[in-house]
Amino acid sequence: MKSSYKVQLAILVIAVISALLVGAILLLIVRANPFTAYRAMLLGPFSSLYGLTETAAKATPLMLVGLGIVIAFRSGILNIGGEGQMIIGALAGTVVAITLQNWSPFLLFPLTMLAGFLGGALYGAIPGALRAYFKVNEILSTIMLNAIAQQVLVFLLRGPLIDPTEIAYGTGFPQTQQLARGIWLGKLIPQTRLHWGFIIAIVLAILVYIFLWRTVVGYRLRAVGAGPKAARYAGIPVEGGLILAMALSGGFAGLAGIVEVLGIHHRLLDGVSAGYGFTGIVAALFGRLHPIGLIPASFLFGALVLGADMMQRAVAIPAAIVLTIQGIMVLFVVGSDIFIRRPEWVEKVTAPLRRKTPQPALPVAVSPGGTSDQGEPPRD
Amino acid sequence: MIDQLLQMSIIVGIITTGVRLATPFLLAALGEMFDQRAGVYNLGVEGIMMMGAFVGFWVALRSGSPWWGILAAIAVGIFMGLLMGFISITLQAEQGISGIGLYMFGVGLAGYLFRITVGYITGIEGFQPISIPYLSDIPILGQILFNHNWMVYFAFLMVPVSWFVLFKTTWGLKIRSAGMTPEAADTLGLSVVAIRYTCLVIGSIAAALAGAFLTLGHTNMYADNISAGRGFIAVALVYFGRWSPWGILGGALFFSLVDALQLWVQVLGLQIPYEFAVMAPYVLTILALTVAARQIWGPAALGKPFNREGD
Repeated sequence: MKSSYKVQLAILVIAVISALLVGAILLLIVRANPFTAYRAMLLGPFSSLYGLTETAAKATPLMLVGLGIVIAFRSGILNIGGEGQMIIGALAGTVVAITLQNWSPFLLFPLTMLAGFLGGALYGAIPGALRAYFKVNEILSTIMLNAIAQQVLVFLLRGPLIDPTEIAYGTGFPQTQQLARGIWLGKLIPQTRLHWGFIIAIVLAILVYIFLWRTVVGYRLRAVGAGPKAARYAGIPVEGGLILAMALSGGFAGLAGIVEVLGIHHRLLDGVSAGYGFTGIVAALFGRLHPIGLIPASFLFGALVLGADMMQRAVAIPAAIVLTIQGIMVLFVVGSDIFIRRPEWVEKVTAPLRRKTPQPALPVAVSPGGTSDQGEPPRD
Repeated sequence: MIDQLLQMSIIVGIITTGVRLATPFLLAALGEMFDQRAGVYNLGVEGIMMMGAFVGFWVALRSGSPWWGILAAIAVGIFMGLLMGFISITLQAEQGISGIGLYMFGVGLAGYLFRITVGYITGIEGFQPISIPYLSDIPILGQILFNHNWMVYFAFLMVPVSWFVLFKTTWGLKIRSAGMTPEAADTLGLSVVAIRYTCLVIGSIAAALAGAFLTLGHTNMYADNISAGRGFIAVALVYFGRWSPWGILGGALFFSLVDALQLWVQVLGLQIPYEFAVMAPYVLTILALTVAARQIWGPAALGKPFNREGD
């Protein structure tokens, strides 16, 4: 028994609006005008070519990380390690790109991308294996692995991987040298930061959908996620499924990392993961853990992240508010999930509203107990 | 001779810092133990700690007294506990994710409020050490154990107290039954919802105090990311300590010594890269979880939302 898509969408919209309202209170604390702030935040990303392309550029890593999150969630394992997997993926790809920099771009580009994927996949497989064989809680292990990856990155950027010119000029900025121009991801639109990674992400989203819903392996993963005990009785190897799911999940995050390097920065620097690992979770939740739903959700969050930047500039408020609003959104989305799982809750909440507006036909139309798949029409 | 003395004083220094740094681990983990014993998996500890650290610091800065900071941290704990409770108990949300939401909210809000209110690093007057008469005169041991501020003593005192509450009182039995067999507890007329809310609020107050210790009893200032993952390590400590106060005490001491060692490695400027020193507690947490998780035993209904209609 689930609510109709209309109700699900309405609930999501209400969750977003509520989160923005709470955010407005936070803005009022600093005496920033919420209208000015939200106008910059909500219209900015869509009112210019710059806004649109930046939104799509920010949606790209979100989509890739989010795909990994969707695969993991659907397989019954929570992957909070997107940040770390992104970092290790970017690191592995960069090391390959620098070591083999004299190779032909036709060989080097796929090798770099592959290294990015494999780096993330290996890093994701660790918590998967720990969970499968040692029952280690994957949320905790992935969070620890995020912190470890961050330290590894900083150590390598300050030491072995640092750009030789940074040392020569004595600036010592922690970043690698620029990667060979031939392997950069080309621009989709000149003079913008939107690159081919965006198309790759959308194609991969469709492929992941086909994989999860149209292949045997994908079906098995979802079966493990739906009920490990039942899956085990059905002869599906649960342990292998968990490790595979986490490896794929980490692989997509790793890909996000190397795509950011090849498409945006063209070198590896600190902060390459830029919170995408966490925002990807929020986007995946918004996309209702569906690869296709993830595409618009990534856009929404790409726009929110960019819009928050624009809002910051418009009303001069600290960047930390972005994380705060995202946190509130997560709370609202998981909190509102009950209305989707239990349609009778929608009726419970809307009952007093209905009594005030005399519309005799409507309340009767809803079946008692909410067993119908119709649900409530959106109430705004 | 001087070398030996120096080494001795360093070792004593590390252990003393270790005992002091056990405080946030102990408070947060003991609080989380109550949450989990009642069946709620609260992953938001890190966010609550950061909020406790900031609000405690800010109120102490404005009022001039760390005691007002403690009161404010308690208020923050109550608020965050009720928020988590509303989402994970009343709305029966997936607890792992709502905890991550609470974490993002808390860390973000603490950082945001710090930027708009203070914005720069400034010191406050924190709690002063209280030397316990006679005991602090014992050579070496006196300095290690009996020359700390009240929060350290309080945290260690909470170990036997929470053991007593959990295993020797009726209320403790109710908490454990809410986490083991909520349906049975409900049938016996206990309010699983009320028990879980109470434990979440207690656990959140403890986490907020753990954060407040960092600003009021340890560094006497606030900085971004001051909690540095300790909240998550505290959650791991509950698993490591197998949901028992004594196990948590052992784990907290172990981790605080690693933490202290890590700080001293930085202070002494040893040849180990600083990043590896920072990494050490996280690597150890994973190893500890791997060793501890083998024969895991935990509250049977941990992480499962309770709902009277049954599913």
